[in-house]
Amino acid sequence: MNVLNFINDFFSDSANWHGTTGIPHRLLEHVEYSLLALLISAVIGLPIGLFAGHAGRGGYALAAFSTAARALPSFGLLVLMTVWLGEIGTTPAMIPLVALAVAPILVTSYEAIRSVDPAPVDAARGMGMSSAAVLFQVEIPAALPLILSGLRSAAIQVVSTATIAAYIGLGGLGRYIIDGLAQHTYGKVVGGATLVAGLAIVTIGVFYLVERLAVSPGVRRGR
Amino acid sequence: MNAYFDMPSDLQHSYLGLIGLHLREALLPVLFGLVVALPVAQLCVRFKWLYSPVLWVTTVLYAIPSLAFFVVLIDYTGATETTVMIPLTVYSLVLLVPAIVDGVRSVSPDTMAAATAMGFGPVQRYLKVQLPIAVPAIFAGLRLAAVSSISLVSVGTLIGNQGALGNLLADGQFYHRTPLIVTSVVTTALLAILVDGLLVLIQTLLTPWAPRGGKSAGKGAGKSGRPSLLRRRTTSAAREPEPAAARAALEDAVR
Amino acid sequence: MIQIDSVTKRYPDGTVAVDELSLEIPDGSITVLVGPSGCGKTTTLRMINRMVELTGGRILLDGADIHAQPVNALRRSMGYVIQNAGLFQHRTIVDNIATVPRMLGWDRDRARKRARDLMDRVGLDASLAKRYPYQLSGGQQQRVGVARALAADPPVLLMDEPFSAVDPIVRKVLQAELLRIQAELGKTIVFVTHDIDEAIKLGDMVAVLRTGGKLAQYAPPDELLSAPADAFVEDFLGTDRGIRRLSFFTSAGLELTTAPIIAVDSSAAQVAERTKASGAPYLLLTDTDGKPLGWTGPAAAAKGGAALSVAELLPHGRPFVFGKESLRDALDCAVLSPTGWAVAVDDGGRVVGVTSQTTIAEAIRGAHAERGAAGSPSASAKAAAAEAAAVDPAIAESKAAESKAV
Ligand SMILES: Nc1ncnc2c1ncn2[C@@H]1O[C@H](COP(=O)(O)OP(=O)(O)OP(=O)(O)O)[C@@H](O)[C@H]1O
Ligand SMILES: [Mg+2]
Repeated sequence: MNVLNFINDFFSDSANWHGTTGIPHRLLEHVEYSLLALLISAVIGLPIGLFAGHAGRGGYALAAFSTAARALPSFGLLVLMTVWLGEIGTTPAMIPLVALAVAPILVTSYEAIRSVDPAPVDAARGMGMSSAAVLFQVEIPAALPLILSGLRSAAIQVVSTATIAAYIGLGGLGRYIIDGLAQHTYGKVVGGATLVAGLAIVTIGVFYLVERLAVSPGVRRGR
Repeated sequence: MNAYFDMPSDLQHSYLGLIGLHLREALLPVLFGLVVALPVAQLCVRFKWLYSPVLWVTTVLYAIPSLAFFVVLIDYTGATETTVMIPLTVYSLVLLVPAIVDGVRSVSPDTMAAATAMGFGPVQRYLKVQLPIAVPAIFAGLRLAAVSSISLVSVGTLIGNQGALGNLLADGQFYHRTPLIVTSVVTTALLAILVDGLLVLIQTLLTPWAPRGGKSAGKGAGKSGRPSLLRRRTTSAAREPEPAAARAALEDAVR
Repeated sequence: MIQIDSVTKRYPDGTVAVDELSLEIPDGSITVLVGPSGCGKTTTLRMINRMVELTGGRILLDGADIHAQPVNALRRSMGYVIQNAGLFQHRTIVDNIATVPRMLGWDRDRARKRARDLMDRVGLDASLAKRYPYQLSGGQQQRVGVARALAADPPVLLMDEPFSAVDPIVRKVLQAELLRIQAELGKTIVFVTHDIDEAIKLGDMVAVLRTGGKLAQYAPPDELLSAPADAFVEDFLGTDRGIRRLSFFTSAGLELTTAPIIAVDSSAAQVAERTKASGAPYLLLTDTDGKPLGWTGPAAAAKGGAALSVAELLPHGRPFVFGKESLRDALDCAVLSPTGWAVAVDDGGRVVGVTSQTTIAEAIRGAHAERGAAGSPSASAKAAAAEAAAVDPAIAESKAAESKAV
């Protein structure tokens, strides 16, 4: 039961709630890193995945690329980037996080568009929709649940992995884990891990809300 | 060359030795994960209400950072390989359960009815029909689990040099030997790609009935320059595997 | 008019789907492309709106090459209906139908208003407007598909097996509705099907294609049935084309007799007198309104009208609408009637006369002699239906469709 004791001690220590080393601040930093990494990954992954899916080509290349991206060890990459780039800002931490997140986004958005029912797409072309209109008005709305699920799994991995940023002296919830390990105060480690898991649950909740709002009831109920 | 492959003596392993260690630390957990995931998944298929809570638990477990997991376990299992392998087993389990459940569930009721009509009992149905048809889904999960496991072993270096190839990262920084870090990253990535490729190969051998060409590649589109949307998609592998799989599995089973 | 001028389609893999095909598709009528699976029907249709680019020949729309205008403008000027309707699952029914008007820049309210009008036109209840496609039956979805294609009032409608995914009963209804809508709107419709019955029922002109994308015959359905160009067409038409051709002969000229008809409130004396006068073993009993009740047997006839109970009557079977339905319907009624006599009724369902199988057979012989083996479509049942429509618009709506429905 000592894990629960750790959690209790960690969260009831008022010192953990104030200042730049307090939970709110660390949480904010963590969210900041995660959002930035997710944003960069989405900016890279979504357009490529969606357009490749729309054009129906590049599947092999995408599969190969995302296998390679997944294969890169996040922690190793972080160390390597720090050595190469120096500890300048968040860049060395962003690179492994983006490498991690871009693969699921790329692959799911590609597959999502590919798995859209061909009949409405054919009908849309037949009624004279431009290629872009077909993608944005027919394919993406129908593929949205799958696209969001790709983003969600990327987000959860990023939230969990963003802890490594602390290894190179950055903030975030990883601080508690890295510092706790160095100081042999396991309460901090457990507390940090609990916060990360909690943040992952919140992330799932956010995606649930986004799905409620953005996905048409016809698509949600229709599948 | 030696800058890259001369292992510091404190690691007590040659380069190849580290690779072996790394593979063991990464892949044994995947195997354990599979062994546990199969019955858990079967329970989820049997008792539908179980799946949703199981998914929640697995998602939360998956979100726990590996390092935190390692640190907590040190209290129980010490700074050992076991400490690294337990979390990796959990992560594999977490990836495999939904993969297997979805795969087994994708077997159509018609196919199951046909199997029952042929006189298969529940166990035979599971072993000879459901499981074979779920192979592609299971392998999709296995590939993810193996690749992420290989990547995560490196973090073990932070808890007393239990990271196999990852230990090169710490040493590289400590001795200021960047080439060691490059060796670690590149070797780990190559191992992941190799293992991934090997799993694809095994899957191909296990599923001779599946359409060739990988699931994400637009094979149907490849043939003609301007394929019609209709044709491209209806012939794409995505829709095919199940009926073909079902047929093949039933045939196999009858033999 | 759509002119298909020695058009060839060779797919990149070498398949020649359509080979030197020439067709003139007249305005304001339904032209059906029919043929076995893989004969190139879909390819031909999709070349018209450039969903498939032709590799030889040319297609002219009202004299201008279809390549003369931007491809999307061309497509917006043609409605396009496909097998499973292809509705947008993320849009409500009204918004599905309003798609093309919105693309053409109509404001939302106007487009929706138009969409609601069209729902009415294709027989969809207004309460369905806010539903999503998954909440509709297959037949309803198909109606939405047709409404969506009609939304911007395009002169041309391309339909690729639109009714082949629904069950036979719904299909019949949808076919009838299409004929009704066409009678109102007079579009230029190109309709693809592999079902020869559907082709004959719907087509003003029917193009039979053979595998390899070659034209086997291009003719009105009546002519197709009476004079198939070759063994392939004959085989494709099936064995009972003689019977089916009767659908194109009107029952208007059929000789009827009123002698064996008697009202239910007649006296015994009247019945006896009628029995003697008609010389027929059966009498057709009608209610006071003139609607048929059933046939009396010889024994029952002797008892007299008032004494007759309806339960003792032989069923009169399905009557045919005189002058509107075809000789095929009349023959069908006679064959199915227990007495061998068919009952002719007017639009109100009142008996106008009865006729025997022998009389119908004579009429068929007469019609054949008059039209010749080649036949001429001028006096077809469809024309009769159109005439009837001109007289009574309320009935025209349902009957124009039925005139071809068997
Ligand atoms: N994109 C394509 N690439 C290569 N060949 C094609 C393509 N589309 C169609 N074909 C071939 O062209 C021929 C005609 O196809 P089409 O779809 O026009 O037939 P169809 O008459 O509509 O058949 P069905 O009644 O089965 O719909 C077939 O042999 C088909 O295999
Ligand atoms: Mg077709």
